Amino acid sequence: MAQMTMIQAITDALRIELKNDENVLVFGEDVGQNGGVFRATEGLQEEFGEDRVFDTPLAESGIIGLANGLVLQGFRPVPEIQFFGFVYEAMDAISGQAARMRFRSGNTKSAPMTIRSPFGGGVHTPELHADSLEGLVAQQPGVKVVIPSTPYDAKGLLISSIRDNDPVIFLEHMKLYRSFREEVPEEEYTIELGKADIKREGKDISLIAYGAMVHSALKAAEELEKEGISAEVIDLRTVSPIDVDTIIESVKKTNRAVVIQEAQRQAGIAANVVAEIQERAILHLEAPVLRVAAPDTVYPFSEAEEVWLPNHNDIVEKAKAAINF
Amino acid sequence: MKNVLENIENQFETFQILNEEGEVVNEDAMPDLSDDDLKELMHRMVYTRVLDQRSIALNRQGRLGFYAPTAGQEASILGSHYAMEKEDFLLPAYRDVPQLIWHGLPLYQAFLFSRGHFHGNQMPEGVNALSPQIIIGAQITQAAGVALGIKRRGKKAVAFTYTGDGGSSQGDFYEGINFAGAYQAPAIFVVQNNQYAISVPVEKQTAAKTIAQKAVAAGIPGVQVDGMDVLAVYKVTRDARERAVNGEGPTLIETITFRYGPHTMAGDDPTRYRTKDTENEWEKKDPLVRFRKFLEKKGLWSEEEENKVIEKAKEDVKAAIKKADETPKQKVTDLISIMYEELPSNLKEQMEEYKEKESK
Repeated sequence: MAQMTMIQAITDALRIELKNDENVLVFGEDVGQNGGVFRATEGLQEEFGEDRVFDTPLAESGIIGLANGLVLQGFRPVPEIQFFGFVYEAMDAISGQAARMRFRSGNTKSAPMTIRSPFGGGVHTPELHADSLEGLVAQQPGVKVVIPSTPYDAKGLLISSIRDNDPVIFLEHMKLYRSFREEVPEEEYTIELGKADIKREGKDISLIAYGAMVHSALKAAEELEKEGISAEVIDLRTVSPIDVDTIIESVKKTNRAVVIQEAQRQAGIAANVVAEIQERAILHLEAPVLRVAAPDTVYPFSEAEEVWLPNHNDIVEKAKAAINF
Repeated sequence: MKNVLENIENQFETFQILNEEGEVVNEDAMPDLSDDDLKELMHRMVYTRVLDQRSIALNRQGRLGFYAPTAGQEASILGSHYAMEKEDFLLPAYRDVPQLIWHGLPLYQAFLFSRGHFHGNQMPEGVNALSPQIIIGAQITQAAGVALGIKRRGKKAVAFTYTGDGGSSQGDFYEGINFAGAYQAPAIFVVQNNQYAISVPVEKQTAAKTIAQKAVAAGIPGVQVDGMDVLAVYKVTRDARERAVNGEGPTLIETITFRYGPHTMAGDDPTRYRTKDTENEWEKKDPLVRFRKFLEKKGLWSEEEENKVIEKAKEDVKAAIKKADETPKQKVTDLISIMYEELPSNLKEQMEEYKEKESK
């Protein structure tokens, strides 16, 4: 076991898969000699050579287009979009192409690629670096969307994503890259995609979150405990598909739920979770299922981030509203 | 600076071997093709012209769906494809169905593609190709990726892809040729400049005098060729392939051609954007007429032979439509089953739901 940050766990997963499978290729802007702007690919070019880990010209559509071509020669690309706010440039290559490779070819071809990308607010980036755009890709059939919240999860989920034979969008919250370390096994292990994880057990209310908001939910759960409220915290881990079974089981136990996302409120992952709960467990509910989300504005310039982003106080407030309903 | 541009543009002359009368105007450039090869090229052009006529008729009868006519572009389409080998990987756009057929896609599957049946996109084993791309230019970055993959695998093959004059305005066009250049990957980019992107003439598409010159910015060779001259198209494409498999990188080829018909059969009316005079001018350059004259002078082609090809094409179309008709219709459960290798939880549930519905 070693103490690792999330970024180290990600590098470790990439190294393991580059070693395991010669078809794995890691590429993107600055991922080669520079080791990535966050150092996620630090040392990998040196270790595996320029044929396996390489820089690309600066064009996001071209990067994913390149991956779409490489899969047709049996490769397993792991391209990086330097910041997920740049994904608009690559939307056709992802949603119009990679996501449809299997379907369009009538199941005779596939696109086993893992698109890694940093996202998420609170680290004072310029515009279009921090937006939570997971909803944009989660709406696209044909891809899976994975968002880890801890170093341990990041490693196991990334290895699973790379081994998956369909395209996976793997989103790494920038605020979590170096915010804490935890024990991460040095050997390889996988975590099943599409399965949520109960990060804290509780009996009075279910707090359902993903990414950095899992930590805000955990903090909220601690606050609530001081007031005698026992909150269960569910980390979705995969936002497409969502693990409905785990959510419903929890809600049937707690009878109350708050769904939390960093993204704007409209048309988000949380709305999908709420819909699943009301369709499947409405008679178990003691209160409306509430949401904590950002306001429906454009993601703000960095000075306004702190007032705009949802935080643990918002979660405590909504949880109490559900409890006192 | 203006001089630099003019100097560059003036160097892109249209390469030609046969003039409109079918006379050889560039003897030194004659490709090394046997009499059988020459006859095969004519065979394919005649066959494809008939296929186009029949497809238009079938579309009007409601027996085919989406169809983009090919008449006028046969030399461009088939001369370039003839320069390729079976192991080369084809990334076609939607007007490039004939190349797919000659690359090995059975005709009935081409018809199924037109109808929107996914079996039309299932390439048989050994046919190295994607189904036709609908998004203009998306195939160009993919071709760079296939070519890089071919290079990494150490294969003696190329990736070849097609787009039109309109496609050369897309960002993906520039990204694709630039990526292929940066990696010196074995890719061939054919831009079939048929003068109109639906209705927009090439003069309004770009200030560039040629599309071939766009290669200069990517640092790769570019060539403009008479796209109504099948020997010229074959020659430049074959040369590009030679360079590519020898590790000398990608090439951009612009074929100057013309589609006689509408953009697609979905209601486009060319009289809204081009004159009868323009059409007549281009018909004088017809690729079949020109090549027929050349072959007849060599004693390699006759009316009888041409009629045989026409009959064969008609019979094949009839048989292929019958086979397409016999293909089972798609069900929602079929669609669900081709989404992922393993169904995720949401689709598992929906699969059960639709199995139930379809059993009623």
